[in-house]
Amino acid sequence: MTFSYYPGCTLRTKAVQLDSFARKSAEALGVHMQELDEWQCCGGVYPLAKDEIATKLSSVRALAAARDRGQELLTLCAACHNVLKRVNHDMQTDETICDRANRYLQLPEPYRGETTVLHYLEMLRDRVGFDRLKEQVKNPLTGMKVAAYYGCLLLRPSNVMAFDDPENPTILEDFIRAIGATPVVFPYRNECCGGYVTLQKKEFADSRAALLCRSAAEAGAEAVITACPLCLYNLQRGADENLPIYYFTQLLARALGVEEEAA
Amino acid sequence: MNERETLKQTVLAIAGANPRKCMKCGKCTGACPAFDEMEVPPHRFVSMVEEGRVEELLGTRSLWLCLTCFACVERCPRGVVPARFIEAVRLVQVRCQGQNHLKAEQIPDALDEELPQQAIVSAFRKYSK
Ligand code: SF4
Ligand code: SF4
Repeated sequence: MTFSYYPGCTLRTKAVQLDSFARKSAEALGVHMQELDEWQCCGGVYPLAKDEIATKLSSVRALAAARDRGQELLTLCAACHNVLKRVNHDMQTDETICDRANRYLQLPEPYRGETTVLHYLEMLRDRVGFDRLKEQVKNPLTGMKVAAYYGCLLLRPSNVMAFDDPENPTILEDFIRAIGATPVVFPYRNECCGGYVTLQKKEFADSRAALLCRSAAEAGAEAVITACPLCLYNLQRGADENLPIYYFTQLLARALGVEEEAA
Repeated sequence: MNERETLKQTVLAIAGANPRKCMKCGKCTGACPAFDEMEVPPHRFVSMVEEGRVEELLGTRSLWLCLTCFACVERCPRGVVPARFIEAVRLVQVRCQGQNHLKAEQIPDALDEELPQQAIVSAFRKYSK
């Protein structure tokens, strides 16, 4: 199984671990992640304004590059995933945005949303299959109580992201079961961590994160997993030393026995 | 068209959404993680845009506190997309000369060892032009 892969800036800098654990785990699962030859920053947040075109172009370039290779486009960072998927949806459904973007880009072949954007978790669920993942697990994390923090970006808006039920998602809990651990469901798992507001209003973001972490700990979690570098940052600020926050890929690598190699 | 109406139409065009669909149920505000820090919470924000009171919304904390988390959007029973109006008013403000809410000079002080690049890029997208 081969996919085009869009890592994004943060996975090259502060979040290298999210990426390296994912690549090693994919290898172990027989999945080939073929990074795009060229890619640019997605901008971190989807440009909501109907009249913004330039800020969507880096996503369109990445989407078109995957289309030209005839591959599905794999993402890992929850923010990049949200941006790419939503821009792709615009290219499929908003004629004005699609036409204007194509007029800017002048691609040899216009892009109209042909590419399928898949998050790494969706790849595990829908392409590999959690049953097959379970068979490949070498070190099941038996007894470990893990809370899945979804946050906003993977789930919303659900009509576009089509990732899981936005109010009662299960994909991460199914993932946790597949690697042998025990999922812990907590009430704040799909509430915002404070996001980019941490840059300007630290106290506000920190209080959000502390609330989330308390909620996870009270539900009995020994660890929390996330797919987003900014969530990881905010949650780590809100958690005490008894509640480690991991990228989901680290626990995946641990279960597949490749954590040491990737670290 | 008077200035007030022009401003409203600009916001509606950027937002690409219709505030008249709102039935003022307040569910968006109930879902909003930032509502109690905002002087204009999402349900009132939508109403004020509909009433053409955009001028009063400029410079409010709501513009900078909205996390674009889309909880309001997901839970609105009428498909109003409140976050789009906040985005639109924010843009009306930061697209004006000298109105950036985040300036490059502020970044060094805001940095710490662990802060991911994603936070900086996202904040610039939201707060500056
Ligand atoms: S949830 Fe929707 S309908 Fe209800 S007040 Fe908010 S915008 Fe209006
Ligand atoms: S998108 Fe903004 S207004 Fe809507 S719930 Fe989130 S923080 Fe509140």
